[in-house]
This record gives sequence, C-alpha cells and structure tokens, in this order.
Amino acid sequence: MVPLSWYIILSSILFVIGLGGVLLRRNILIVLMSVELILNSVNINMVAFSYFHQNLRGQIFSIFVIAIAAAEVAVALGILIALVRNKAAINVDDIQIMKG
Amino acid sequence: MEQIFFFIFAILAVVSAMAVVSFKNPVHSVISLLVCFIQMAALFVLLRSPFLAAVQIFVYVGAVLVLFLFVIMMLDIRKASMDRFVPGGHFWPVAILVVLIIEMVLIVSKSKISSIVVSSPIRLDGSVKEVGEALFSKYILPFEVVSFILLVALLGAIVLGRKELR
Repeated sequence: MVPLSWYIILSSILFVIGLGGVLLRRNILIVLMSVELILNSVNINMVAFSYFHQNLRGQIFSIFVIAIAAAEVAVALGILIALVRNKAAINVDDIQIMKG
Repeated sequence: MEQIFFFIFAILAVVSAMAVVSFKNPVHSVISLLVCFIQMAALFVLLRSPFLAAVQIFVYVGAVLVLFLFVIMMLDIRKASMDRFVPGGHFWPVAILVVLIIEMVLIVSKSKISSIVVSSPIRLDGSVKEVGEALFSKYILPFEVVSFILLVALLGAIVLGRKELR
C-alpha cells in the first residue's frame, strides 16, 4: 500500500522541476515542455486524491486538464511557428514584439 | 510489492523530468518527456485508474509529443541557438528550487496527510463505464465546453500556422 503523501511528494518534486524549466531555460520549446510537466504533476495529485477518497471527481478533472493541455500545445506551437517564420526567434529573450 | 513499483516509476519519472529540463537538444528533451509521461501512466494504473492511463498514453505520447517532434523537425533547430542548462551558471536559482523541494517534502511528511488511508468501501475501479457515465450525466456541461475549446484551439492553430500570415 503506497501512502498518499508519497504521491504528493512525487508530484511536488515534478512541479518544482517543471518550474525550474520554465524559469531557467531560454529555449521556448523546452519552456513549453516544462509547462506540460507541471500540468502532469497536478494530474498525479488529483488522481491520487481521487483514489484515496474514492471519489471520481479528481479523475474527471484530470481528463479536462489533459484536454486543455492538448489545446494549449496546439495553439502554442502555432504561435511558435508563426514567430519563427517572421522573426527567427526561438529564444524567449528575443521575443519583444509585444513590448510597448 | 506495490511500493517497489512505485519507487521504480517515481525515480524514473523524476530522473527523466530532470533530463527534460537539462538537455541541450530539444529532441532529446522530447524523448525524455515521453519516458516521464509513460511513467505517469504507470502511476495512474497503480492508482486504479486504467482509463486515465490509456488517455495519458493516447493524448500525450500519441498526440502532444508527436506534435512537439513535428514542430522541432519543421523548425531548423541547428540555426536556432541551443542554450545549455549549466547548473554552475545558475547556482542560486537551482539552490532555491532545491530548498523549495526540501521544504515541500518536509511539510507533506510532517502533516496529517501521511496518515490518510483509502476510505473503507472501495467503490471505484476507474473503468471506462464509470468515467463515461459521470462525463455524460453529471459533467456534461464541462465536457461540451472542453470540446468547444478544442475546436477553437484547432481553428486557431490552423489560422496561426498559415503561410501568408503577416
């Protein structure tokens, strides 16, 4: 029997790794992958609570999270392709078009 | 027995997540992200939600990561700069993140969460039947909203990816 706290610890470790990827890396593709990592760590938490409380709500919610993450990746990669076509920028520091 | 499997999956997931963040080449990052997502699907099986594990494999490994790979192949990554993650160069941020991990582990292990056990009558088995019944009866409105959001995202991605976009 695996206790609930192990799942929460695993999910928080994955969350912090993803946070580090978002904050420290400058390559926009890896930033997007780190966002996926963060969303997945939250999914682990919700499924673990759903199992330990025997309540379906967490699983349903993580299905929604997966769907929204797929939509987010599609839009983000579309934006990325448009950016690279027009500016040849894959580094987040080079993207300053929206700056006033 | 279950704990041994949990440890295997958890250690593989953490190691491959670190690899995602620290690899220089984005293709290698995508491959290690794939390993990480498969470990998470295994954890979902361990948590008795096989439907969610299947969805994880289909949606993430089958669609999202293939999309990532496709985009990486489409962009010329050699031309773009591949920045390296140097732990020595980022000493203070990495130290703060490690402190954050230690803090979270301490908080969770000292709290009352660690004494929660599975509530007594085990009613769920996470099967397709249960999840589908819940999705199409109680959660029908969010389900429809999500389908609409997916449609809008699809259209947005097509519009953004057109060639003649200024």
